[in-house]
Amino acid sequence: MTAKRTLFEKIWDTHLVAQPGGRSPIVYIDLHLVHEVTSPQAFDGLRVAGRKVRQPSRTVATIDHNVPTEPRGTPITDVTAARQIAALQVNCKEFGIRLFDIDSPEQGIVHVIGPELGLTQPGMTVVCGDSHTSTHGAFGALAFGIGTSEVEHVLATQCLVQQTPKTMKIDVHGRLADGVTAKDLALGIIGQIGTDGATGHVIEYAGEAVRALSMEGRMTLCNMSIEAGARAGMVAPDETTFSYVEGKRFAPRDAEWESAVNSWRSLPTDPGAWFDKVVDIDAAQLCPFVTWGTNPGMVAPVTGRVPDVGNLKEADRRATELALQYMGLEPGKRIEEIDVDRVFIGSCTNSRIEDLRAAARVAKGRRVNPKVRAMVVPGSQSVKRAAEAEGLHRIFLEAGFEWRESGCSMCLGMNPDILQPGERCASTSNRNFEGRQGRGGRTHLVSPMMAAAAAIAGHFTDIRNWKFQ
Amino acid sequence: MNPFRIHRGRVAPLDRVNVDTDQIIPKQFLKRIERTGFGEFVFYDWRFSADGTKNSDFVLDQPRYRGASILVAGRNFGCGSSREHAVWALADFGFRAVISSSFADIFANNSTKNGFLAVQLSEPEVAELMRGAREMDGYNLTIDLEHCEVRDDAGFRAKFPIDEFVRHCLLNGLDDIGLTLQHEAEIAAYEARHPAPPKEPTHHRQWA
Ligand code: SF4
Repeated sequence: MTAKRTLFEKIWDTHLVAQPGGRSPIVYIDLHLVHEVTSPQAFDGLRVAGRKVRQPSRTVATIDHNVPTEPRGTPITDVTAARQIAALQVNCKEFGIRLFDIDSPEQGIVHVIGPELGLTQPGMTVVCGDSHTSTHGAFGALAFGIGTSEVEHVLATQCLVQQTPKTMKIDVHGRLADGVTAKDLALGIIGQIGTDGATGHVIEYAGEAVRALSMEGRMTLCNMSIEAGARAGMVAPDETTFSYVEGKRFAPRDAEWESAVNSWRSLPTDPGAWFDKVVDIDAAQLCPFVTWGTNPGMVAPVTGRVPDVGNLKEADRRATELALQYMGLEPGKRIEEIDVDRVFIGSCTNSRIEDLRAAARVAKGRRVNPKVRAMVVPGSQSVKRAAEAEGLHRIFLEAGFEWRESGCSMCLGMNPDILQPGERCASTSNRNFEGRQGRGGRTHLVSPMMAAAAAIAGHFTDIRNWKFQ
Repeated sequence: MNPFRIHRGRVAPLDRVNVDTDQIIPKQFLKRIERTGFGEFVFYDWRFSADGTKNSDFVLDQPRYRGASILVAGRNFGCGSSREHAVWALADFGFRAVISSSFADIFANNSTKNGFLAVQLSEPEVAELMRGAREMDGYNLTIDLEHCEVRDDAGFRAKFPIDEFVRHCLLNGLDDIGLTLQHEAEIAAYEARHPAPPKEPTHHRQWA
């Protein structure tokens, strides 16, 4: 009898190229996604060593981090950003890599376009010089972020030398209530296990609530795995996965599709397979969450309060005090009493069509609070077109949201979209680190519905109490 | 890559947990397309005020820690973004190693590619070194990769774990792309069994 294996182990085993004695295994990489920020030094390294890109057809690039979200064609005034973008264009040309360039109808955040083009498929190994590569794990792929030296390594060899990670199963029992989304599930998990709770592990999300998530929801959940320190996050592929992938531009077709689906059906973890760690989550205990601090584990229910520092252990107290000082918050303050200046709906966590639909449902027929500046940044040009076809942009514009071009935007503010010092933002992105959205800016992570509701109310508010048209 | 064997140097304490790579090197400096020149921007938002003037309180800029080449920090060091620029900035500033009770995976991986050591010790050991660096002037440590050991001059000695292959590469300053390419036959055999997708699927829907 063969051993019972997890989804991760099945993918890992089939991708082992060599296991040289005394060193970590060499793993084959099926899909390498590239963007402008973490790649220029890697291409330079190839040139210096006189190496080529081993598999240009397994390498796909786009420009997302630096692009302005002004209408396309607006000149890029930031010279260093323009230089970085030009470098990727030149590198892709020189090394024969497909680039979804700024003016491409399929440009977008790398973790949004991979799945929507059908590049990301179950059972694959996917890497990118970006920590949120974990997003692609939603398809039952093994997907993880790497640094620039490893980008160069993959370009040159199509392989990576990787220590075997440990496995962790997060079993989510029961169903999420209305108004409680995949984002809240992710924040709830990180709040429970901490920002290093999954370090060294690949998480498999399982259980009824996870199975019930759409692909968008699964991507949101897997996206945030890195915020718990995980090497990767994954969800076993099922009918939801297959019907999302089917018909996508780079997905297999006809007979190839049939045989692909057949083999994907064998990927899910065998019943009784062993995990190094198991965490149980009760979906009924989850609610809409809001982060109050400077890492994604500093999270409270919307009905809760900013923590009191008095009853914390020494190390936690110091970290909490520093965070509250940066965030300009009093201990014990009610979350619903925190006012916001800005709202950002976007990023590879929450900028897909379903996220925009959820936000639009809240915005419909309402007005953004006059004190608040709110923007919606679709994750890709395809998402933007789809939203416009449904008329979502009109709902946002009528409510007073800005409707912008696709890119990373204010998730990390490498383009002109940044917070001013002291500004407070309800953001659907994934990191509330100090200065992440602009120096001195204060970020609170929330779901798209919660962000839209905060834009309208001018402060955080429990979306579960809202009525919709 | 520069080999790392034994390094002795001054220690600077950074008594914070969860130091993320956004803090180590803020995004505005990621637009450079070179690997060098990041050192002056390390911990920029903590070291400089918004108008660019230096905030002399920050630990790295206190005269007693000037020239430090070993950083001791709280747990989960290097979490967040995968930016290797964080390691480049620390190394360019003059650090050869960071000691913490835990590191984020990608940061630890990036370190090894740059001849930079992420040394993992237990929480009490890290606390002891933190205290040493804070309380003793000119506190130095020796990091000995040959024996996987950290020592001070007052009798502190602790072993640290490290992957044997990573250690081998660091000790000898080896280029691991070259090492992987020694397995060309196995890679080629794998690729023969799993051919790459065609450059453009035949059913490609053209954009109008
Ligand atoms: S949207 Fe944010 S987290 Fe996602 S890839 Fe862009 S910068 Fe990174």
